[in-house]
Amino acid sequence: MITTLLILPLIGFLMNGLLSRRLPRPLVCLIACGSVLFSFGIAFYLFLQFLSWPEGWRSITVTLFPWIPQLGVDFSLKMDALAMVLTLIVTGVGFLIHLYSIHYMKDDPGIARYFAFLNLFTFTMLLLILGNNLLLLFIGWEGVGLCSYLLIGFWFEDTEKAAAGKKAFIVNRVGDLAFLIALFFAFSTFGTLNIESLSLYQMTAEHQSMLTIITLLLFIGACGKSAQIPLYVWLPDAMAGPTPVSALIHAATMVTAGVYMIARLHFWYLLAPFSMHVVVATGLCTALFSASMAFFQNDIKKVLAYSTISQLGYMFIAVGIGAFSSGIFHLVTHAFFKALLFLSAGSVIGALHHEQNIQKMGGLKSKLPLTHLSFLFGTLAIIGLPPFSGFFSKDEILWLAFNAHPVIWFFGWIGAMMTVFYMVRLFTLVFYGPSKTNDKHLHEAPIFMAIALIVLSLFSFAGGFIGFPHHHFLEEFLAPVFIKQIAPAYGHGAEYGLMGVAILSTLGVAAWTFYTFHKNRAWAEHMKIKFAKVHTIISNKYYVDEFYARVFVKPLNLVSDLFLKWIDTFIIEGIVNGLGRFCVYMGGRYTILQNGNLQSYAFAFVLGVALIFLYYWNRF
Amino acid sequence: MAHSLLTVLICLPAAGALLLLCVPKVLESRYRWFIPALALAVSLAEFVFSLALFCYFDASSHLLQLVQKVPWIHSLGISYFVGIDGISFWLILLTTFLTPIVILASEVRERQKAYLASFLVLETAMIGTFAALDLFLFYVFWEMMLIPMYFIIGIWGSTRRLYATIKFFIYTLAGGIVMLLGIIFLMYLHYEQFGFFSANILDIYAVDLPFDFSVLSTQSLLFLAFALAFLIKIPMFPFHTWLPDAHVEAPTGGSVILAGVLLKMGAYGFLRFAMPIFPEAFKFFTPSLIIIAIIGVIYGAFLALAQKDLKKLIAYSSISHMGLVMLGLFVLNSHGVIGSVYQMLAHGLSTGALFLMAGMIYERRHTKKISEFGGLTAVMPLFAVFFLIILLASIALPATNGFVGEFLILVGAFQKHPLYAALGGTTAILSAVYMLRMYQKVMFGPITREVNRTLKDLSLKEIAALIPIVILIFWMGIYPKPFLNKMEKSVDYFITHQQNYELGVYEEK
Repeated sequence: MITTLLILPLIGFLMNGLLSRRLPRPLVCLIACGSVLFSFGIAFYLFLQFLSWPEGWRSITVTLFPWIPQLGVDFSLKMDALAMVLTLIVTGVGFLIHLYSIHYMKDDPGIARYFAFLNLFTFTMLLLILGNNLLLLFIGWEGVGLCSYLLIGFWFEDTEKAAAGKKAFIVNRVGDLAFLIALFFAFSTFGTLNIESLSLYQMTAEHQSMLTIITLLLFIGACGKSAQIPLYVWLPDAMAGPTPVSALIHAATMVTAGVYMIARLHFWYLLAPFSMHVVVATGLCTALFSASMAFFQNDIKKVLAYSTISQLGYMFIAVGIGAFSSGIFHLVTHAFFKALLFLSAGSVIGALHHEQNIQKMGGLKSKLPLTHLSFLFGTLAIIGLPPFSGFFSKDEILWLAFNAHPVIWFFGWIGAMMTVFYMVRLFTLVFYGPSKTNDKHLHEAPIFMAIALIVLSLFSFAGGFIGFPHHHFLEEFLAPVFIKQIAPAYGHGAEYGLMGVAILSTLGVAAWTFYTFHKNRAWAEHMKIKFAKVHTIISNKYYVDEFYARVFVKPLNLVSDLFLKWIDTFIIEGIVNGLGRFCVYMGGRYTILQNGNLQSYAFAFVLGVALIFLYYWNRF
Repeated sequence: MAHSLLTVLICLPAAGALLLLCVPKVLESRYRWFIPALALAVSLAEFVFSLALFCYFDASSHLLQLVQKVPWIHSLGISYFVGIDGISFWLILLTTFLTPIVILASEVRERQKAYLASFLVLETAMIGTFAALDLFLFYVFWEMMLIPMYFIIGIWGSTRRLYATIKFFIYTLAGGIVMLLGIIFLMYLHYEQFGFFSANILDIYAVDLPFDFSVLSTQSLLFLAFALAFLIKIPMFPFHTWLPDAHVEAPTGGSVILAGVLLKMGAYGFLRFAMPIFPEAFKFFTPSLIIIAIIGVIYGAFLALAQKDLKKLIAYSSISHMGLVMLGLFVLNSHGVIGSVYQMLAHGLSTGALFLMAGMIYERRHTKKISEFGGLTAVMPLFAVFFLIILLASIALPATNGFVGEFLILVGAFQKHPLYAALGGTTAILSAVYMLRMYQKVMFGPITREVNRTLKDLSLKEIAALIPIVILIFWMGIYPKPFLNKMEKSVDYFITHQQNYELGVYEEK
């Protein structure tokens, strides 16, 4: 069952990939969407099965065949509650995005290639989720990276887009090296990479420092995949890919792999408090830092990209304080509303003929009513207004963070306010104010796109109810996986008080931002000029890319050139060729001896005989 | 049959080459396909015969199998002595697998007969080298490889072919000569200790070589003599500069065989000869060898970054990867060595295929400059797919063969010292940088040169040459067990007995 679920998208990939040019377009779409829908169906069936089983039984393990016997690594899959949640998201949201893509990509000649890659992504992502072995997880881990590379650079004729894909892959590889080294440490310490065996391993105090190293290294890997400081730089560039890809890979699923990995290996992280602190600190910094970078971006997708990085930061805060199920909860709601936001953005971009600059949009509310509504739902969900889904998950994280340490809550709250600002700004600039397009008849999303938007809108609205405070379905469902949950230290009074603070401040900031960008643009412009310096720095994303280019890329090229010109060409080749020339030269000198003059030969001959004669004369 | 199978494998290609040269001119000019077809048939027959090794090879034994021994120069104890274990088994199959592919993909029209015959002779020499169990015989095959290769580069190469081929020849020969001195000295030492000459490897393992922890002791000097020949062949930093030149000038087939098989000779030499014959000296030199292996990994990658020529880039990447292979070998533990042998096969396939594909675009454009291309994906989509798959295998993406080997090597290196694995592991980043950068410049972006607009996609013949490699790349990446199983026993024996190596001969039950 699990195998079928996993294999279906792979079959879709192979069919569309191998027969791409022979298949008619509708069939291509049918194969791609059908395979993912089938997977989702199986996953949902299994989910229902799980619910009917007692808690302790909710796990299925399948071992297919041995992979690397020398390391005891098998192709073994495991479906448990955690994997189930992720599988449902990947196949469910994934299916909607596939559906959406049918229209979005319908005029693209590379549609078969597109769907093949999308299916391949679904397969590798499922492998990442279901792998019962860290090495198998790593196949998925690198596999989704590959698909990301291929899809970011999908429009390869554009050098910039192709370069963005390459950047994503290479930055991820930096994280992956740390991941690999963590695997070496784990293997040499525990002698296995099987996640189940690792979780049952009897840890002693001696393992503490080793676990700290392993978990930190794994976290570096997570920083690469989930775009956290300092490896986040690839994600904004990744927006070069088709918008549905951004929705699926760079918002809903792949980028959350780091969070999933930490949740999966929570039994290690719980034993490594220092690593947990690092995770929280990184998550917090990233949440704030990238939220501020989203402030003045003018590319609709870039704003969403920075917001994704920021929201991922919240997930890391959650898992870092030990609230693993809250992290997964936010992962789920974020998958709904961020996919929705991206797909709505895609609808806007499609309607405006690939215009992505929000300064050139405006007044689209009446022209794209459905998109407006879906974008509104997405925005309300992400800024966390009740009863939209984002409210529940974010509030839960903030509340538990408050219990871990009020300072975390405070900064988390600041970050949430920043989110409100840039999201409402984005929403207002796109849909309100004067219209800047001359096109009278903008096309609203066609049927398949509309279905995806509507379904996701519903989930963004109501998805939070699976985690209703004190009636937390998700937490209960995940309970068999996560050994212990943190118990709040403060009472209900504090909980509702903080909730009230969050709701009121969100409303306030949202209203103010809406007013500023809708009615009071002049003042906004005025402030922009007044604080021009700050504005420049922030809108240039703190020059981090430039910094990396100068500190890593340039020296890399410089050193390789230096190696080539000096060490290889000058020193080594110099010696090698010098030796050759020396031999030729000496050979030339000695040709004097072979001058063809019979007399000199005879002389040498006589001399030789005389010398031999003398030698023996002396011996005897 | 069983006891002469190796001899058949060794002789068949050479016989085929002779047959090829006997084809009358009339036939050749009337049927242009005849010569390549005949060469392909011979190499395919050879491949089929080599598959028979599967039937006769017993993977549960580490002993030397399919042994055949015929006295040759009796007074010096030299004999024709061949046999294989689980390591040479795979290297021979790699050879017989790649040769038909090279012949199939050959685009050479000029003096085609001689060109193809050279490859067949080369195949004989390569298999002979992997099968030889007599030091002298090994040396003969070792040098025999040089001759066809010398002609392949020197006659069918590109503009600077003479410089390249002479450099290659002299460089390798210089190493070989030093090794010959070592061999003669070993034979003499055997005479001193046992009263008769022998070049038989089993006898040589038993020779007692004085060692006193200095560079100048007999064992150290002998080790260095062998090591030099092998280091040049692999090639390891700083003996590598012949390789890029040879690759750039060589015709496609020459590059494929050079990267695919010839480079493995050096690593194999360490495994079969240098490490077990001189165990103490090897131990003494291990730290420095590991250091140059790691330097090779990083240095090769950096140089690959700086290249503007497609084939040079692949050549330097090859140096980097071979550095990793040697790292796995030198750490001398079971994961490292088995990974190293596995990586030899993986590298042979992926780098061989990379050169094959570089040759395919060279055939179309007659240039190897990276800057001459750009946007080829639009005109050659199939080529783009194959190129990407092979490139990903080369940068060791999980589920391709490169990953299994690299991971095992790094696990082994890690057990020796975590730092080795961390340094060796930088190849994961650097290889992605230089390969993807190249791929982007060649395949992505807009088409900048008009000539590139009309390039033809892969022909059926080219696809036929690439498909077997791609299948193996995934097979070895996803289900490596059958491959690892066959080499496991030999590797285990090598690890456990490297200090007192005494391989026996397999007796059939």
